[in-house]
Amino acid sequence: MKHLALLVRTVAAWLVTLLLVFPLIWLVLTAFKTELQAIAVPPQLFFTPTLESFREVNLRSDYLHHAANSVITSFVSTLLGLAIAAPAAYSMAFFRTRRTRDILMWMLSTKMMPAVGALVPVYVMAQTAGLLDSRTALIVVFTLSNLPIMVWMLYSGFKDIPPDILEAARMDGASIWGEFTQVIRPLAMGTLASTGLLCLVLAWNEAFWSLNLSSAKAGTLAALIASYSSPEGLFWAKLSAASLMAIAPIVVVGWFSQKQLVQGLTFGAVK
Amino acid sequence: MNRLLPRALMAPAVVTLFLWMIVPLAMTIYFSLVRYNLMQPGEKTFLGLANYEYFVTDPDFGPSVLNTLSLLGSVIAITVVLGVALALLVNEPFPGRGIVRVLLISPFFVMPTANALLWKHMMMNPIYGVLAQVWIFFGAGPVDWLTNHPLLSVILMVAWQWLPFACLIFITSLQSLDRDQMEAAGMDGANPLQKFWFLTLPHLGRPIAVVVMIEMIFLLSVFAEIFTTTGGGPGNESTNLAFLIFKQALMNFDVGVASAGALFAVLLANIAAVFLIRLIGKNLD
Repeated sequence: MKHLALLVRTVAAWLVTLLLVFPLIWLVLTAFKTELQAIAVPPQLFFTPTLESFREVNLRSDYLHHAANSVITSFVSTLLGLAIAAPAAYSMAFFRTRRTRDILMWMLSTKMMPAVGALVPVYVMAQTAGLLDSRTALIVVFTLSNLPIMVWMLYSGFKDIPPDILEAARMDGASIWGEFTQVIRPLAMGTLASTGLLCLVLAWNEAFWSLNLSSAKAGTLAALIASYSSPEGLFWAKLSAASLMAIAPIVVVGWFSQKQLVQGLTFGAVK
Repeated sequence: MNRLLPRALMAPAVVTLFLWMIVPLAMTIYFSLVRYNLMQPGEKTFLGLANYEYFVTDPDFGPSVLNTLSLLGSVIAITVVLGVALALLVNEPFPGRGIVRVLLISPFFVMPTANALLWKHMMMNPIYGVLAQVWIFFGAGPVDWLTNHPLLSVILMVAWQWLPFACLIFITSLQSLDRDQMEAAGMDGANPLQKFWFLTLPHLGRPIAVVVMIEMIFLLSVFAEIFTTTGGGPGNESTNLAFLIFKQALMNFDVGVASAGALFAVLLANIAAVFLIRLIGKNLD
């Protein structure tokens, strides 16, 4: 009876899961097909894989250029965000005042603004500054929209560091810089890494601002994929190959940052 | 230790976030009160509330609010109900549970534009798409999803992306469920349904509330999925508020009207935000 229940549960769980990720599996398969196989009726599950589509995508759509844009915007915005958020979170975690809580809640509330509410002014500002379709504009916007999450995640990470350790360091005459580099940094490396990872995922997948503020020059991979909407979308194998290259790195990063994701996106409300 | 340093450390974050909040908001309010078209630079005459009136009386306005709410409601309902079911299914150990969990979460990391095109072409194409083939296999006529059920199609795409998120949160929360209590309930003769209703569901109350509110914030401005698949159409059948504002701003170049609409969207989002902030505030330290 117990064994039967386990068997049923196992089969059910696997079936449901495979059904849910089927579109992704299909995307991976299609990426290795020829264009003819991709639209074959009935759909082909078994075929001789080819790398033709990947080659074509790289040749024709400037894939590497957009990949570079994605890498640069997401990494620079993440590092910039960490540089701004870490000192703030550090200050709030170790020098608590009556206002710390209010500041944290206020920062959170800025994240609640729907992006579309800021679309017009940001677009006009970027246009006025001549920054439309520039990586700079995307980096600034990505950094700002991820900043509240970063401060929150870093704050909850720093808060878990026992203050006694700091007391001891201060007694031994450590400067605030020494305190930060010698004591906090080794202990907070994990928090910094996971915060960075989450923001990397968010910036990489960001589509609203990329679509509205960038095109051929600064377009990220999210914008490049959108350009396959039509008429290139008719070439499913190439669409799949391009999509696969765009999502594979970040899906893998995502697998490793699941826990941080829960904490970061729920602002610590679910543990 | 002086009191200046902590403030100096906090300043960059506080100042940039303050600017990020107040500058766009002030500009939006100003734009919403003047005549401002990107194609006619220079002339900005004061209009009062005319932009608001124009946006609200636009024949697309009513349907777009309705679409925004049905998109929001449907995706939240789907993700919460299926998310809880899935989380329960994979909560107890079974062979391959680790792999199953990793696979389950994957759709959440697919960028919205790739997600949308994957569904639009390879899944929902009425001739070559997988769904059409499945329909034919079962003897039904294939469905032209994006033409005949545009909003439902968008709902499916967005739900596919957010179901893993809800599921992940519920899985995390289920791990802190009191096992002794569960066992005690079982000893006392509670059946699985009773255990679910009186123990599991109350435990999941808080995560469900969090999922609902976070999805509210993100789903109020679903954009990329609509932009890349239906373009808001046919007609206005899949136009939501975010897409309508985008159309006014960057396709009609009417910044004034778009800003009036944006303030409307901000208002809607704030209603959701107030609840979420209270909930999180309670949990702080």
